[in-house]
Parts: sequence; C-alpha cells; structure tokens
Amino acid sequence: MDTTFTPEERVFRDEVRTWIKRYWTEELANRIADKSTFKEAQTELQKLLNDQGWMAPGWPEEYGGTGWSVTRRYIYNTEMARAGVLGPADPMVFGVSMVGPVIYTYGNEEQKKRFLPKILTSDEWWCQGYSEPGSGSDLASLKTKAELEGDHYVVNGAKIWTTYAHYADWIFCLVRTDSSGRKQEGISFLLIDMKTPGIKVNPIIGIDGRHTLNETEFNNVRVPKENLIGEQDKGWTYAKSLLTHERLYVANVSQSKRSLAELKKLAEREWAGGQPLAADPYFQQRISDIEIDLMALEFTELRVLSAAAAGKEPGAESSVLKLRGSEIAKALQDIKMDVAGYYAGIDDADNNANHSFANKTRIDFMYGRASSVYGGTNEIQKNIIAKAVLGF
Amino acid sequence: MDFSFSEEQSMLKDSVTRFVQDNYDFESRRTLAASDAGFSTEHWQTFAELGWLSIPFSEGFGGFGGGVVDSMVVMEELGKGLVLEPYLATVLLFGGLLQKSGNQVVQDAYIGSIIEGSLQGAFAFVERDSRFVLNAVRTRAEKSDGSYWINGEKTVVINGASADKIVVSARTSGNTHDEGGISLFVIDSKEAGVKISSYRMMDGQVVANISLDQVSVSTDHMLGEEGEALEVMQEVINDAMIAVSAEALGAMEKALQITVDYTKIREQFGVAIGSFQVLQHRMVDMFTAVQETRSLLYRAACSLEAGSDEAIKDLYALKVKVGRAGKLVGEEAMQLHGGMGMTDELDVGHYAKRLRMINTLFGDADFCQQRFAQLSYR
Ligand SMILES: Cc1cc2nc3c(=O)[nH]c(=O)nc-3n(C[C@H](O)[C@H](O)[C@H](O)COP(=O)(O)OP(=O)(O)OC[C@H]3O[C@@H](n4cnc5c(N)ncnc54)[C@H](O)[C@@H]3O)c2cc1C
Repeated sequence: MDTTFTPEERVFRDEVRTWIKRYWTEELANRIADKSTFKEAQTELQKLLNDQGWMAPGWPEEYGGTGWSVTRRYIYNTEMARAGVLGPADPMVFGVSMVGPVIYTYGNEEQKKRFLPKILTSDEWWCQGYSEPGSGSDLASLKTKAELEGDHYVVNGAKIWTTYAHYADWIFCLVRTDSSGRKQEGISFLLIDMKTPGIKVNPIIGIDGRHTLNETEFNNVRVPKENLIGEQDKGWTYAKSLLTHERLYVANVSQSKRSLAELKKLAEREWAGGQPLAADPYFQQRISDIEIDLMALEFTELRVLSAAAAGKEPGAESSVLKLRGSEIAKALQDIKMDVAGYYAGIDDADNNANHSFANKTRIDFMYGRASSVYGGTNEIQKNIIAKAVLGF
Repeated sequence: MDFSFSEEQSMLKDSVTRFVQDNYDFESRRTLAASDAGFSTEHWQTFAELGWLSIPFSEGFGGFGGGVVDSMVVMEELGKGLVLEPYLATVLLFGGLLQKSGNQVVQDAYIGSIIEGSLQGAFAFVERDSRFVLNAVRTRAEKSDGSYWINGEKTVVINGASADKIVVSARTSGNTHDEGGISLFVIDSKEAGVKISSYRMMDGQVVANISLDQVSVSTDHMLGEEGEALEVMQEVINDAMIAVSAEALGAMEKALQITVDYTKIREQFGVAIGSFQVLQHRMVDMFTAVQETRSLLYRAACSLEAGSDEAIKDLYALKVKVGRAGKLVGEEAMQLHGGMGMTDELDVGHYAKRLRMINTLFGDADFCQQRFAQLSYR
C-alpha cells in the first residue's frame, strides 16, 4: 500500500500546472463567466484542451482518450479543478462523460465516426433528455414516444430539466418504443439533432435566478433510424451501464477541495469581533468537520478507482461517492454563505453593493442545492445502496 | 403559565391571516417583488387602515401600546405569505428606536406619519466589516457650529431605498469597537451628502448601501444621550429578533404545509411519494423543528416582555433554533420537491431563501450560540 505520488507522477503534475498557467487566463475565465460570451469562450477552452489531447481523458485511446492511470487522472482532475478550469456543472459532461461512452460502447462504427470526433473538438454540444414531467425518480416510467415509420422514428412528448438544451446541437434521449411489457423494456436510446423541426425549447429559470434548465418539447419530430444506439427496446440497459460508469466520477472531490480552499480564504478576509473568522476556534471546528469528511471521500474515491483500474467491478463503496460528494459540496456552500454574512443574500448583477464575492456565493449555494437531486436524488441513491449493497 | 393569545391578539392574528390569504398568492408576490420599490404602497395603506402600523407605539402618540407579543402575532402571519412590505424596517426598527429614544421632537415629528402610513423609515446599523457586532461602528459624527457632521458608510440597509428618514449609528467618541461613544441620528434620505445605492437581496427585498459625506444633522435629531446609544440599539434589535423569529416560524409552517401537500399528490413508482416512510420521517423532523421553534419563541417573547433575567439567554437560544431549523425546513422542503423545488416559478425555494436571510439577520446561529455559551458558562 502506498498513498503518495511517484517522481514521474510529480513531473506529470507540473506539466498540467504549466498548461494551466499558460492557457487558463483571467480573460478567458471572465468570458466564460459572462453569459453573453459563455458558449463561444467555453468552446475555445475545450478546443485548447483537445489540442493538448486532454478533452476526454477517460476514453479508450483508440477514440481519443489518454490511457492515463487512475493516479494520473486523479492528479489531472485535482489540478484542473483547483485552478477552476473544470467545474461541477461543466457543459462538457454531457458529451464527454455521458453520451460519448455510450456511443463507443454500444454504437456502431458509423456512429462512432460521426459523433465522437465532434465531441472532442466541441463542434457539437450535447444535452441529456431523460427526465420527464411525470418521470423523475421513476425514470423507467417515461412516456415520450418514438414510432418507427419507414426510415424514421417519429418522436412525440416532452423532456424536462434538460440542462443547456438551449446551447446544445444534439440531445440523447430515452424514448418509449414499446409499452406492452415491463416498463424497463421497450425503452430505446436515440440521438436527436436539436435543429430537427418540431423541437421546442422552453426556458426554466432556476432558484439561483439563472437559465440553465429547460423543458424540451417534441412534436412529430422525425429522427433517422440510423440514430438509434444498439438495439431497439434495449436502451435502459445502455443507460444503466452508463450510470454505473458515471457514478465513479461524481464525487467532485477536486471541486470540493477548491471550494474548501476558497472558503478558508474568505474566512481570513471576513472579520468578526476584532479577528478574522478563520482564527475563531469554533469556526475552525466547523470547517474541519467537513474537511475530514472530504478526506474520507477522497480516499474512498481513490480506493474505488484503483479497484476499477485493476479490472474489478465497481464495488459497494462506489455507491457512496455521489451521495457523500453532494452532501459535502452542499455543506461547504452552506458555510460559505454563513461566512458572507449579511452579504450572502445579495442578488446584484450590477454590483451596486460593491461586494466582490457575495453574488457568486449565492449562485453557487442556490444552484448547489440541486446536487442532491440531479443524476438521481440522494434518496434514490440510498435506495440503491440498500438494495444492491445491503441486500434488502 | 398561559400560552394562549388574548382576544385582541386573536383578532389581530385573524385580520393579518385574512390579508395574506386575500392579497399574497404567490403570483401577486412575484409581481410585487419585481417592481421598483419591491413592495406595494397600496398594501401599506391597508396596514395603516387596519391599525397594524400603530402597534408598538404608546397611546400618547396615537399608538396601540402593544408589546413584543403583539408584533410577534403579526409577523408570524406575514411570514406565511413572504410579505414584502417593510414592517420590520419602518415600524419595528425605525419606529422602535423613536419610541424608546425619549426624544420628544422626533417622536412628535414622525410617529404620527408612521402610523398614518405616510412615512417610511430604516435603521442603518451594518457596516462593511461590522458583521453582527452592533458596536463595531466606524462612521463618525462630529459636532461643530451647532450641528453634527456625519461621515462614513452603512451597508445592506433594509428598506434603505424607500426610506424617507433613516436612523444612523455613528461614533461621537472612542474607537471602532468601543461600547461607549456611539450615538444615533435621524437623517433625511435627501439630505446633501447622502448617497444611496440600492440593490436586491435574494428574498426580494430592496436594500441599500448608504454613504455619508459631511451630512449635517441638527442636534435635536440625535436620539437619546450622546455616546450612550448602544443600549437602546440592542433593546430595539432584541425586540426585532423576536419579530423575525416569528416571521421565520410562519415561513417554516408554510414551507412544511406546501411540502406535505405536494408529496400527497406527486406520484412516482405508481404511488404518492408521500407514502414513502423515509420522506414521512423527514417531514416529521421538519414538523418537530417547527414545534421547537414555536416553544422557544413563546418563551423568549414572554421573558423579554417581562424583563426577566433570563431574557437575553432565551433570545439567543431562540435565534440559534430559528437559524438551524430554518435551514433544515427550507432545504428539506426544496429537496422533497425534487426538480420542481429548484425552480424560481415555484414558491418553495423562496421560503428557503427568506429563512436563510433571517438566519443571518441580527446575528446567525453560530454567533448567537457563542453569545448563549458566554452567558451560560461565565
Ligand atoms: C439542476 C438540475 C439539472 C438537471 N439536469 C438534467 C438533465 O440535463 N437531463 C435530465 O434528463 N434530467 C436532469 N435533471 C432531472 C433530475 O434527474 C430529476 O430532477 C431527478 O431525477 C428527480 O426527479 P424529479 O424532479 O421528478 O423528482 P421526484 O422523482 O418527483 O422526487 C421528489 C422527491 O421524492 C423523493 N422520492 C422519489 N421516489 C422515492 C422513493 N422511491 N423513495 C424515497 N424517496 C423518493 C425524491 O428523492 C425527491 O426528494 C436535472 C435536475 C436538476 C434539479
């Protein structure tokens, strides 16, 4: 057993740091943060990553991945998150972490050639069309219908909570192709061009005041049948295997480490009773509670990833990653709000309040409440652990 | 012991409940929150007509002569509707300071107008680095040529954008953290040297930073004795802590109710999600938090009204509970709504926001717990 880095790994870490120093400029970060330039600037960043070969580190090398060891991926994620290059709500996840693996695992050669390169170059942005107004936790009850008519599926229904649908070029959808049997059977995995006639994207404003969510309607949308992944009616299996894969990288440890570092910095700047908040023993105790949980999460993740790298199936421990990851991220946002004190509630795009970090603290906190909902709620995660791990 | 309301208090409660039911459906609130002022002057007139604006003022000024229990009754019901009108700022903070100051000139000049509904007020007590400490005051007032001259900056002043008159705490002597040497002045928002930059908070309130550059105040607009203001400030804030705790209680009760109702109709897996025991238990925890809050609220309000030795300790215990229970109830309400809870268009997230803001107001749970511990283990 060894939990330290080798000299080669340290060299690799420096390489990542050098890249960040060179390309992750304040100017680029600001343009990404500004919603009027977001898509263009985010694409620019992703292209820079791709030029370096780092767009999809986890993919098999033959499709453009890196072939890195678990430790290297860990180093990469940590450094990128620490610098703020990769955030928890990255638009990249839909292409790189979600649909990409489904395409290279279950797609045919043509689909791989057609779709994977454009995910890497970011010329096509993706969004995820799973949830429906009536089907959230009970995803398999979904009703959006796809009927085969000649060479096309005709899709009718509505998806909801489609993050970044308003930026996306493509959407990957779970659709119902058969409703005669068990609800998990009869679901198909379909790739749909967002420009197809009959698709309407209606914005939903989030509790953070921003527009990231949408309702996406499908009205007689004709989708070429070549866009079906794998076999018709087998989509649930593909989506589920993706979830298992996905659950390995959802702890957001690196992002939470960044969040913790930010929190400590804020606590040094915020004064209370003649000393910085960071010097208050009670406050130190409150932060260290979470810091310890985060350490436990970090090494749980590494343990799971090492086992996965050694070819073992993701085990019982992997299911706690999403659960604890979201709880810890939320706890850190909660403390940050408390540190900001009176300024935490500021909803002030024009910065009339003349306060540097408050507006962002609020947005992170309010949006962050959703991390125990998206990707399957924490209650559902616990149900899964109870059933699959504890055997109930 | 008697935990019941008087007949008058019950009537007051009913009239506020009715107002909220008739005027504060969530859509109407949204429209109001988005308006420039962030509240309705028409509603404010209704408050005046119903006599609510007169509650804390003594009968000599045409008031109702009410105590903290009376304003508690009003605030709990206002909390249920997330009511935006600046009752706290104008009546309880600004009005409370005038009432307690003993300054006849300003009392005669302004209390009548507050009761009529024609004057808006604010209390500017937060500074950039003061956090929750009332005596952390950098703003200075100097006396010369028969006036005081004020220089400094106040931040997040509640109702600061609409207030006609503002009470400002300023240092007439001593250093930033001294308890002595703080004085209170009533200034006009349009006075030369007053610069108001307003902005919104996440709960819809419009607040302001107020910078003061050689603002002149006549000596008869100082409240109380020079340098002796801290005690009055603290008394008024104590009353206000009861009021916002009551508001939080109302908001929690409503958030719980909305959540119980929602989980009874939202179906997943072919059943109402409220049939899952794990969710029922969570709502029972919310319910328990609401009950505990109500108990500590009644205890603290009574101690404060009776001037008990335990009053301050009771008050901090209450505020700790309000902060923690408010976070729990607000966030659980959102979580149990799933994606719907994360939207701006549904009311539940807005309750969570207001509860969060109340946690911070006048000292958050951590701060109040430290104060509580200091009183318990001295
Ligand atoms: C910010 C955000 C982004 C999202 N992005 C996307 C996206 O891009 N694409 C997409 O397809 N979806 C997306 N989602 C949707 C997300 O996956 C769903 O919101 C989630 O699965 C929950 O479904 P629901 O909202 O219908 O809640 P419901 O299923 O109605 O759940 C309501 C409550 O009931 C609980 N509950 C439900 N069933 C059980 C049970 N059996 N036992 C115990 N408790 C239960 C839940 O945990 C929750 O607390 C996003 C959601 C959010 C909030």
